[in-house]
Amino acid sequence: MSRDVAVIPSVGDRWKRLWGEIVKNRWAYVFISPFYILFLVFGLFPVLFSIYLSFQQWNGFGPMELVGLKNFAYVVGEGGKVFWKSILNGVLLFFMYVPLMTFLSIVLAVVLNSKLVRFFQGYRTMIYAPRVTSMVAAGFTFRLMFEAQGGLFNLILAYLGLPEVPWLEHVWWARVALCVLVVWGWLGQNMVYMLAGLQTIPRELTEAALIDGASPVQALFRITIPLLRPVIIFAVILSTMGSFGLFPEVQTLTWGGRPMRATLTTLVYLFNVAFDDYRFGRASALAYVYFALIFVLSLVQVRYFGSEE
Amino acid sequence: MPKLKLLGGQVVLHVVLLSVSLFMILPFIWMLSTSFKPQEEVFARPPIFVSPNMSLDGYRYVVEYGVLRALWNTFFVSFLATVGSLFFCSLGGYGFAKYRFPGRKVLFAFLLGTMVIPGAVTMVPTYIVMLKLHWVDTYWPLIVPGAANAFGIFFMRQYISTISDELIDAARIDGCSDFATFWRVILPICTPGLITLGLIFFMNSWNDYLGPLIYVKTPEKFTLPLLMTSLQGPPGYSAYREWMGVAVISTVPLLAIFLIFQRRFTEGITAGAVRG
Repeated sequence: MSRDVAVIPSVGDRWKRLWGEIVKNRWAYVFISPFYILFLVFGLFPVLFSIYLSFQQWNGFGPMELVGLKNFAYVVGEGGKVFWKSILNGVLLFFMYVPLMTFLSIVLAVVLNSKLVRFFQGYRTMIYAPRVTSMVAAGFTFRLMFEAQGGLFNLILAYLGLPEVPWLEHVWWARVALCVLVVWGWLGQNMVYMLAGLQTIPRELTEAALIDGASPVQALFRITIPLLRPVIIFAVILSTMGSFGLFPEVQTLTWGGRPMRATLTTLVYLFNVAFDDYRFGRASALAYVYFALIFVLSLVQVRYFGSEE
Repeated sequence: MPKLKLLGGQVVLHVVLLSVSLFMILPFIWMLSTSFKPQEEVFARPPIFVSPNMSLDGYRYVVEYGVLRALWNTFFVSFLATVGSLFFCSLGGYGFAKYRFPGRKVLFAFLLGTMVIPGAVTMVPTYIVMLKLHWVDTYWPLIVPGAANAFGIFFMRQYISTISDELIDAARIDGCSDFATFWRVILPICTPGLITLGLIFFMNSWNDYLGPLIYVKTPEKFTLPLLMTSLQGPPGYSAYREWMGVAVISTVPLLAIFLIFQRRFTEGITAGAVRG
């Protein structure tokens, strides 16, 4: 290769160099190829095929019937009632458990991080333990505990002299029960995110504030939480997707949405349309509407949280 | 951090932490306790934690019902999925970490971008692909699609990029081929990271419900979550004790692994989160 810097390489030379780099690193391409191959087959093709499917009517083994926008019209119109109910459920559930769980996870993380507490390991283990259990097993167990007649929670309420609750029979109590299950299962994970986020906040900041006379609560709200914002956004977005996409929890705790579909999440509904009703075309259309909604919601959240000052 | 002067402050904190922890553990205790109770005691007033009529009948029943086979199935699938994923993800991570090839940044950005797509969108057409491949009612759909997944590659790339280049150069000089370098040099060094990632993969596969629900049809091939579901009855009646027996069986192995490898679990899941 010429060492004369004044010579401008021709186009041909550039391509040659590029090809040389490619060949030199050919194994890198081999090593990363499995991801792209799998993505092509199980990611890209399904996404594209799904678009095609959403304009068809198909039950999976018969002939396909082109129905144009009928599936989308269904979603937005008369038949879409259940779909929109599931979206509403997602929104309701979100407000019912996400703020609480996020806040609680921050508080727990701050407490555990403050080294005021011994047995940090022990507490962290116990709080994280639900995360490793199957939500199916947990859902069924909670169903037992929420049983109106003689379930553990009602027995505890009775013992405390409080009225018993028709947990899984009543529209709103069922939602509460679902939230309890979800918080139980995911609080530990969120706490761990917050703990990790706290590692990036220098200890001196909060110490200085406390020395200056701020109360711990003030320090928490004025310093810690704002500095945790990226992690909080991350956790909230995940929880948002989660509140629409709860699946095993709903299937096990409330028999898939009882009572009266009050706890039906969009993903469960999608699953029903696809695999119980065998309406693959409609399910594809629904999936896209669902995806669009989630996407927009996430954008809104990032924008809202990001610009708050 | 200035110590709280009031001992009361300490006590309050412990009370709070204990309450939360108790709430977290309660279902496990209840699950375990119920699995040993006779049917009548499941909803007894006041609640019975340690049954005087403790018996293994529930477990005997579920063993006949096929729980051991389901346990093996679950383990088999999770193991294969984990090993397969670890191999392909570390390979891909190595490629991104240690090779400077044209298009590296774009390809990696693309990889990260794919993590945005929710599974719901691909759920139906992927099923159709599996139909065409005749993979329905096999375990392949639970193992193959996730084999080289974005999160794993991201994780391994972070990890491998901390390995010094001299080691790799030394291997090259000694005549190692690219793959041999990966197999003999990189992988052994990555063992801690592989364990952490492997635990995550294993846990996700073990607890996976939607996947087996869609693809596994014959009862003999059921995984534990499916077996549990098949034991449930209509609202009002179920074989509660047997149910909880299966729940215990599906929970204990992961809990045990978790207790042994605690730190790896909690650290591993944040590795991608905070930096990403």
